[in-house]
Amino acid sequence: MSTRTRPRAHPDDGTTTFREALREGLREALASDDRVFLMGEDVGRYGGCFGVSLGLLEEFGPDRVRDTPLSESAFVGAGIGAALAGMRPVVEIMTVNFSLLALDQILNNAATLRHMSGGQLGVPLVIRMTTGAGRQLAAQHSHSLEGWYAHIPGLRVLAPATIDDARHLLSAALTDPDPVLLFEHGSLYNAAGTLDPAVHEVDLDRAAVRRAGDDVTVVAYGGCVPKALEAAEELAGAGISAEVVDLRSLRPLDDATIVGSVRRTHRAVVVDEGWRSGSLSAEIESRICEQVFFDLDAPVERVCSAEVPIPYARRLEEAALPQPAGIVAAARRAVS
Amino acid sequence: MATAQGDTSARTSQTKRPRRARGPATPALSPAAAHDLDLLRQMLLIRRFEERCVELYSAAAIRGFVHLYIGEEAVAVGVHQTLSEQDAVVSTYREHGHALARGVPPEAVMAEMYGKATGCSHGRGGSMHLFDAGRRFYGGNAIVGGGLPLAAGLALADRMRGDSRVTCCFFGDGAFAEGEFHETANLAALWGLPVLFVCENNLYAMGTALAREHAQTDLAMRAASYGMAAWAVDGMDVHAVEKAARGAVESIRAGNGPHFLEMRTYRFRAHSMYDPDRYRPKDEIEEWKKHDPVTGLAEGMRKAGFLDTDAQEALGHEVMEAIDRAVRAAEQAPEEPTEDLLLHVTGRHEEVPS
Repeated sequence: MSTRTRPRAHPDDGTTTFREALREGLREALASDDRVFLMGEDVGRYGGCFGVSLGLLEEFGPDRVRDTPLSESAFVGAGIGAALAGMRPVVEIMTVNFSLLALDQILNNAATLRHMSGGQLGVPLVIRMTTGAGRQLAAQHSHSLEGWYAHIPGLRVLAPATIDDARHLLSAALTDPDPVLLFEHGSLYNAAGTLDPAVHEVDLDRAAVRRAGDDVTVVAYGGCVPKALEAAEELAGAGISAEVVDLRSLRPLDDATIVGSVRRTHRAVVVDEGWRSGSLSAEIESRICEQVFFDLDAPVERVCSAEVPIPYARRLEEAALPQPAGIVAAARRAVS
Repeated sequence: MATAQGDTSARTSQTKRPRRARGPATPALSPAAAHDLDLLRQMLLIRRFEERCVELYSAAAIRGFVHLYIGEEAVAVGVHQTLSEQDAVVSTYREHGHALARGVPPEAVMAEMYGKATGCSHGRGGSMHLFDAGRRFYGGNAIVGGGLPLAAGLALADRMRGDSRVTCCFFGDGAFAEGEFHETANLAALWGLPVLFVCENNLYAMGTALAREHAQTDLAMRAASYGMAAWAVDGMDVHAVEKAARGAVESIRAGNGPHFLEMRTYRFRAHSMYDPDRYRPKDEIEEWKKHDPVTGLAEGMRKAGFLDTDAQEALGHEVMEAIDRAVRAAEQAPEEPTEDLLLHVTGRHEEVPS
């Protein structure tokens, strides 16, 4: 993976980074709909704390690429208010850890107003934020709390894992009449790949099978998808055919794709960078057991983060997170 | 069933009618007298509506947390004189008065308290969550301070589209201690947003007295430190409230950014129907009752020759009839069917209001 911290174009090899794909999605949304605007800390002049919105201020001006004070609750709530009034705001929060300062607005207002008003109000708001560990940023910048948000009725929760999803998820999210949370894994920003010219849109309701296989289903999302694919490659070398399902949507979950795969492979490994206790992985395992229990040939395996605030030191951080080796080991246990 | 007729009659009681066919003995009121009569009618409607709520709560006809506005009516009614239909209102959990002053029909408010299908939130909200999208009444927020950022966002949308609308946000002295107030005040002033901040300072954040929650109790002065016009108003005097709000709204519409009004007021009842009210001296309550905004206005009108006994009685009857109609309609209204429990969670299969 590249060590660049700032995005660059790749005129020579035709590749695009995850960061550039996100930016292209934002640019397209801003260009095609006057109601869309981007708001958050340092999204304008700084270019986004992770460089996603670099250049958009110059292109669209300060009214539509709007730097905010460090007031997460106020600018997320302002996004909700603007959405109520018919705008299509895209709010950026630096990291999921910081989003807790706006949790009141996200849960008590964005997710709730439609129901509490008897269906009179809608909040078509997109909130983007970075999630996950792997960059030695320690416990207050590294957690994976998207599973908490996936608990909440009224929200849609998305986690792009590929360049194509990074490019196209935003425009799909902006067509949703409800609040959408978009979790961008920090370790993916520099990932480079080639955009598929045949892909123009993403189905938000469907998980994606990233690698077909017959022996075991590996369910992952966001930053764990590349790790699952790496594990699948290693398993293939050992004669084990793993199918990798990228959830893409954490709420609602695409049960049909998950259990459809497990029904064929009869074994499942769920990978989740969240902590195991009370996690999204627990929910997925439950659904598999509820729906295809008698198709299972082995207990469902889980690979999650260690139950510890994510530490700084590289070796400790790596040990705390799901890694390809752990996924391989879990798959081997399942097929043994 | 909330019939069209029911709605119409409710609206009639809220509609400004300078000249009425019946009631007041004076056949042709001066504009000032007609306006005062209208203010009195609206304040009396809120007062009697809430007194009926007390009875209905005691009879277990309505449940949940019910926060009464009695004593504070001049604020809602005075401020609403200055807002147009295009403006937006964001409110609190003590919002029966705001909703009624905004013109939400008493039928719809009462039915919501009953949890009925005809309620203004279709039985999903109750007393603390009254909504009326058509009247741009955005609730009904039971998280103290939670509505403030929404108001900034509603105003931001107007600002970006070049609309000259105002968003009026009610909140209390308790919310002034929340970070959301300070974040929103700064944001609104920084961006020059057309927000009218109306702080209903009733001296108590639930049971905590102002001086026990704020190191500096001059709230208007603190609000001014954010760089917006701010001043304190006698919130027991509907004329003073209206005058201050009118000046602020005109200034906001002229592009002068957010304004802040500290309405010094008092609730005559406890914080909620659950509250035994152990924290306030009885003589303090009695002292404030001498400044009752409803009787104060009526007395002033009598002295000015705007109101006589017959007219006052006629007004009382008119208001009570409107409330009786609302209660009858609520009692007869259908329950929300449990089959509809999961409606309105997402809008993916519903039409999106914009």
